[in-house]
Amino acid sequence: MSALAARRPAAWLRPLLRHRLAKPLVFGLSLLPFCWLLYGAIFDQLGANPAEALVRATGDWTLRFLCLVLTVTPLRVISNTPALASFRRMLGLFVYFYVAMHLLSYSWFDMGFDMTEIGRDIAKRPFILVGFSAFVLLTALALTSFNRAIKTLGAKRWQLLHRLVYIVAGLALLHFFWMRAGKNDFAEVLVYALILGLLLGWRLVNFISKTRR
Amino acid sequence: LPSVKSSLAGAITMEKLTPYKDASSYNNFYEFGTDKADPARHAHTLKTSPWTVEIEGLVKKPAQYTLEDLLKLSAQQERVYRLRCVEGWSMVIPWIGYSLSELIKKVEPLGSAKYVEFVTLADPKTMPGVGSRVLDWPYVEALRLDEAMHPLTLLSFGMYGELLPNQNGAPVRLVVPWKYGFKSGKSLVKIRFTDKPPATAWNKAAANEYGFYSNVNPNVDHPRWSQATERRIGEDGLFAKKRKTLMFNGYEAQVGQLYAGMDLKKFF
Repeated sequence: MSALAARRPAAWLRPLLRHRLAKPLVFGLSLLPFCWLLYGAIFDQLGANPAEALVRATGDWTLRFLCLVLTVTPLRVISNTPALASFRRMLGLFVYFYVAMHLLSYSWFDMGFDMTEIGRDIAKRPFILVGFSAFVLLTALALTSFNRAIKTLGAKRWQLLHRLVYIVAGLALLHFFWMRAGKNDFAEVLVYALILGLLLGWRLVNFISKTRR
Repeated sequence: LPSVKSSLAGAITMEKLTPYKDASSYNNFYEFGTDKADPARHAHTLKTSPWTVEIEGLVKKPAQYTLEDLLKLSAQQERVYRLRCVEGWSMVIPWIGYSLSELIKKVEPLGSAKYVEFVTLADPKTMPGVGSRVLDWPYVEALRLDEAMHPLTLLSFGMYGELLPNQNGAPVRLVVPWKYGFKSGKSLVKIRFTDKPPATAWNKAAANEYGFYSNVNPNVDHPRWSQATERRIGEDGLFAKKRKTLMFNGYEAQVGQLYAGMDLKKFF
């Protein structure tokens, strides 16, 4: 019975998701953190160390959008709401938007766009290397996010490629963990680890039960 | 808190002061939380009166000083020091206090005393961060006796003409301007003289990252970041290039001889 109940379509949700304003609304909401940070930077509302605040906040929002985009598929399957799938690409591209802002803030405010310094930093600090690798993988995903790419690659290969996002999740978490390790302060890391673990764990369970059937 | 300008060499930098608002709202004081904004938010619970500082260990005259005794133990001076945090940011702060050596002379260390340990308050009732496992509490810092005796080493009671705000280490703290900020213990309750190097809080937490000396040194990087540059809080804008960090935070002329012949890469 519970399986049936869980798979019952969320009837009230469907027309909302199909509304022509649904996508612009999600887009606007996703852009809000960026607008807030931009406002804070211009009007000096980011505290005593605005550079640090920007680097951290853009990193935080990358992680949050990563969690959001990885929630789409479990939510779609559990609630049997196929319309949710159409939001996945947009949220995925917002992950890329915020990670690009994160890298830009670091390169600009921390490194003054000194490319040799940045190169040295990536080689020297494992946690920067891990973060940068996640960025490189996400770039591949962003570049192949449009419909033509799916056709060119073929659905199978495209899907395989985009499973890299699971590795990105692991790298992002490791990057965050390493950053916080200096202060032995893992409470927030643990929250993200639990969320991502749940989202990836659901996929694993789903995959196993599918292959068994 | 009334004071006179210090005439000690190097005691007053002419650099622009960090705004009081930044110096009192962007703090590392883990007893009140690990976020920079936490201390200003939570430190109002700290009870700074009555307050005593115990002097013990290898001294001729161990004693318990009340804050009132300490305040009038020597003439209060204003000193404008650069403060360089190990995390790569810096400030310029006008402190009020007197050389720690004034107090040390009064208690007369024994010949066997080689180190001075500074124990800070760890009161779980008023300090929410003490419950966390970030560090071993109480927070302990230490200096070699000759470092502690150096006239630039300040026992501080105030800043910007006022008594210290709680989040900056009220009612009495240490300021060692040529070392990374974490060496300067806040809200001191005990000063102990020893013959062996005391185990200090950050050194215990990560010995490969935080050495006993922790002198500001642009040539010795932290394992996880460069120490060659720093951002001056409140002055270096978002788009300004970071400024170069100076050897011994710019106090090399005054303190360099303390480390003559030492390999500072080994004794970092």
